[in-house]
Amino acid sequence: METVARSEPSTEVEASTPKDPTLIYRQSGWTRLTHWLWAFSLFFMLLSGLQIFNARPQLYIGKESGFQYNNTILEIGAENTDGGPRGFAKIFGHRFDTTGVLGWSGPPGQETPRAFPSWATIPSYYDLGTARVVHFFFAWVLSATLLLWLIASLINGHIRRDLAPRLDDLRKLPRDIVDHARLKFHHAREYNTLQKMAYGGVLFVLLPLMIITGLAMSPSMNSVLPWLNEILGGRQTARTIHFIVMVLLVLFFVVHMLMIVAAGPINELRSIITGWYRTDPPAKHDQATERSA
Amino acid sequence: MAKFQISRRKFLTSASLGLSGIALSGCDAFDSGLGVGSGLRSFLENANGLTYRAQRLLAGRDALAPEFSEADIRQPQRPNGVTAPDDDTYKVLLANNFADWRLEVTGLVEKPLSLTREQLQNMPSRTQITRHDCVEGWSCIAKWTGTPLSLVLDQAIVKPQARYVMFHCLDTIEQSLSGDIKYYGSIDLIDARHPQTILAYGLNGKPLPVENGAPLRVRVERQLGYKMPKYLYKIELVDGFANVGGGRGGYWEDNGYDWYAGI
Repeated sequence: METVARSEPSTEVEASTPKDPTLIYRQSGWTRLTHWLWAFSLFFMLLSGLQIFNARPQLYIGKESGFQYNNTILEIGAENTDGGPRGFAKIFGHRFDTTGVLGWSGPPGQETPRAFPSWATIPSYYDLGTARVVHFFFAWVLSATLLLWLIASLINGHIRRDLAPRLDDLRKLPRDIVDHARLKFHHAREYNTLQKMAYGGVLFVLLPLMIITGLAMSPSMNSVLPWLNEILGGRQTARTIHFIVMVLLVLFFVVHMLMIVAAGPINELRSIITGWYRTDPPAKHDQATERSA
Repeated sequence: MAKFQISRRKFLTSASLGLSGIALSGCDAFDSGLGVGSGLRSFLENANGLTYRAQRLLAGRDALAPEFSEADIRQPQRPNGVTAPDDDTYKVLLANNFADWRLEVTGLVEKPLSLTREQLQNMPSRTQITRHDCVEGWSCIAKWTGTPLSLVLDQAIVKPQARYVMFHCLDTIEQSLSGDIKYYGSIDLIDARHPQTILAYGLNGKPLPVENGAPLRVRVERQLGYKMPKYLYKIELVDGFANVGGGRGGYWEDNGYDWYAGI
């Protein structure tokens, strides 16, 4: 049903809102549904994942964790100093004092040693078993949603029409970067180059990499796909990549929020909730013809 | 660790009793619905059943966990959990170098067994260099030598109604109000008969040290470390978990960890 509506957007727009040609139907039901399923499951996966990390707040490179040798690249911990306990993060040997957030945190007077603070984990108190239950439940939701989105978007043309990079995108890239830097946004039917790169990067690189490195940590899956950890560089490297991808997804989320606020939060939110999006007035309308040409 | 468990339970109880209906901030908001036994928790736990079935389907009965080379053994096996049991029974057995120790095989078997260490070591053995993955997130590669569990089960002749192997251990993992809790855990018969599932008495070419579970520990190479009990003294074939501990199939399972730990 949605596919039909989307194949002729101009007819749809004119038929339903004849007085307002700038209001277009931009996001299909599949895109909107999967977007919110991801938003929901990624929230729970992040917070339960940080709890799981807290059980072993170190990241290593290689097949195993070095206890008698050093292959640690990141460590979050707490230590006693003359001025009381301090939290620290150590990245590639560089030490940062992170008291109050990483390593040592909590309400004043009730601080405890924990890598990520209470407000950033599910459950808020230390409970690895429960965090795993939450994490793996949403891992299924996230993976199933990605598969659903992939099938729907191949069929309804979302990937080909909106996400697939074109030669034209490359040409527009420098201008697009300048526009973004000036917070000057064009509200058009199609994604701009940086949007395509960001969304495509999340959907085709980060999320699949997250799932693959997650599976690579499973001892049972290692018996099914023994080559996976060899490609990735060992189970502990897979765990490290899993963590780095998490950081990149958080960065994406931050930029995503900033862009929405800067580009007009009401309009942007409306398009991902109802599908309807207000484009720029006719002066910019030639872009639409350019796209369909 | 033991004290922590108790305080967590207290916290869970007070959280679910006291926090309901109160406006919450931050991630406390999700605490109360996640305690063992709550409806939401039980719903989320269904995903683990899905993982179990999916991984069994993909891995089958005999897919082997990766094995490594001697060069990959770069450090001693890291001990975890209980590393020096304080139990009198254990200390007496240890003092005599486990000469009086026996492995009992009981429950749903045709022929209950009581095996000495020598008897176990005279059976065919398997040596494997594998990676131990702790639920906490760390890994350690070591060489394990032991008797395939399937050989012991064959000797005892498992009754058809048996579904799980329950391991009973000599070490106290928690001191609770109702008495000491000794470690226990279980696996299904597919894992029990997996070619790499061994009752290990050797580690890195030497007798298994106390800190790693002497005289005998389980290796289940397609699961996480908490499924591989140490200080083993009894193997019981069962058709369910109802009669052991909290009824979820193991000590950590009774404390909220999933029974299936293939992920």
